[in-house]
Amino acid sequence: MDEIKRQLTKASKATRQDRYGKWIAFICTFLIGLLVVSIFYLVASKGLATFFRGHISLWDFLTHQDWNPGQVSKNGVPSVGALPMIVGSFSVTVLSAILATPFAISMALFMTEIAPKRGQRFLQPVIELLVGIPSVVYGFVGLTIIVPVIRAIFGGTGFGILAGTLVLFVMVLPTITSMYVDSLRAVPRFYREAALALGATRWQSIYKVVLRASIPGLLTAIIFGMARAFGEALAVQMVIGNASLLPHNLISPASTLTSVLTTGIGNTVMGTLPNNALWSLALILLLMSLGFNLLVRLIGRQGRFTK
Amino acid sequence: MRKISWILGVLIVGLIGLSGCGRRQSQTITVVGSTALQPLVERAASNFQVKNSAVNITVQGGGSGTGLSQVQAGAVTIGNSDVYAEDQDGIKASSLIDHKVAVVGITPITNKEVTVRNLSKRQLAQIFTGKLTNWRQVGGKNQKITVINRAQGSGIRNTFEKIVLNGRQPVQAQEQDSNGTVQKIVSATPGAISYTSFSYVNDQVRAVKLDNVSPTANHVETNAWPIWSYEHMYTKGKPNAQTQAFLNYIRSKKMQKELITDLGYISIHDMQVTRNRKGQILTDEKGV
Repeated sequence: MDEIKRQLTKASKATRQDRYGKWIAFICTFLIGLLVVSIFYLVASKGLATFFRGHISLWDFLTHQDWNPGQVSKNGVPSVGALPMIVGSFSVTVLSAILATPFAISMALFMTEIAPKRGQRFLQPVIELLVGIPSVVYGFVGLTIIVPVIRAIFGGTGFGILAGTLVLFVMVLPTITSMYVDSLRAVPRFYREAALALGATRWQSIYKVVLRASIPGLLTAIIFGMARAFGEALAVQMVIGNASLLPHNLISPASTLTSVLTTGIGNTVMGTLPNNALWSLALILLLMSLGFNLLVRLIGRQGRFTK
Repeated sequence: MRKISWILGVLIVGLIGLSGCGRRQSQTITVVGSTALQPLVERAASNFQVKNSAVNITVQGGGSGTGLSQVQAGAVTIGNSDVYAEDQDGIKASSLIDHKVAVVGITPITNKEVTVRNLSKRQLAQIFTGKLTNWRQVGGKNQKITVINRAQGSGIRNTFEKIVLNGRQPVQAQEQDSNGTVQKIVSATPGAISYTSFSYVNDQVRAVKLDNVSPTANHVETNAWPIWSYEHMYTKGKPNAQTQAFLNYIRSKKMQKELITDLGYISIHDMQVTRNRKGQILTDEKGV
């Protein structure tokens, strides 16, 4: 009797596996969470040191145009003005998203509405291929083709926002397209059926129904594309010219937060102001990607399809 | 389940074993820093290891700042730098020992289409501070001067600005962080001027004379050509026997003759002058 009771009350093998599984999942999640928190802590503590220990005012950092943290300027403090980089980063990001969106919409519509079979067979691999190309290759192509072409057409050095935008355009296009394809597929079938039943042509049902129903998905896709463009370092650094100058047109050399980071990090020493100033730029990047994520959440919450 | 734990166990033991390997080898020399010095040290290291198979030398780039901070922290054996440790923010130079291994000559280069062949030091300074903006002002044709600078804090830029600009503020211009890129951009951009180390001058760009002195190794050796810098290899305190042997090897006459000249550096043994950190020239002492 006791034997049977013992067997019945003892945790079974399946129960133990269940418990193990829960623990493994918990530990992994905890480790990743810890990693994220410590990255935030590191970047924030280094980035804020510019203002607390380096006595640079946050306002000067965001609005001044002179970037020369290694040397003391006339007024006695090193000039740490990140405005040119902030403007540069935002302009390439926004411009490339604006340029890529129409193409992405057309490609996604082609793949889901107009020619789902052919689209699936040809465009899907093409997009996956574009995503898989390393950014240094895009940068190299930009440096050897886009920059000379811009120089030939517009004069100047060819380096600048325009070259950066064109390179980023190719890089964010697959991101926006593939995400928008997913959200087009998520548009419920009965929307299209209802449109057809009312006698709408394909174009009418796309334009009046499907496109409008998928606007939240499109916005999410664009924001993801922008997040990628904002954080891209190598390809942009190769074609933008890296001048910490406020860009006065699209073909004058400019710089982005990431391009200054990659060129400067090897020449500075941990714990010094020039190094901390770079961490401050990294902090801006981190906060911006956090902002992009929150925006995606917000749009996602509002735009869910409800039956 | 059991399989997975087995695999995990093997992996962990393997990782511990591997990291142990690294620690056990005491005769490892790690060299990190200046990318300008990297090719020389890499070549020297591979030659040195052929003769001394017990020593394992790892050479990495990362920039002068990285080299100095890593050697100061004791993370690497040797830190390569284009600048004096005293000139780098955040480095306590007193704890480091300087080993000068070569000299690099730096020359202004222009696009091939630029007709100006000679500039005075004053004109060069005015171009790089943004006072002169057209080639016509220095006797060339009517064409805008496009200045291409090197990355802030890089060794070559420090040297150039110290010698040519004398502490004046440089004009804000586009920055590139490698000799190769600078050379390509200057060769492709009309009216462009920049500076690079001697070894990167080729027939795609034109090296400019300074006060009628041409940029050659011979002129650097007598300081007739003033824009040059030492390449430093720093160790934290006195180097151990193998490291000292490696440094001696790089500084040996044979090695300097073969490699240094091959790679476009100038041998420290050929220098007829020495220069201290403040830029004063001392002629009484030969070599370093």
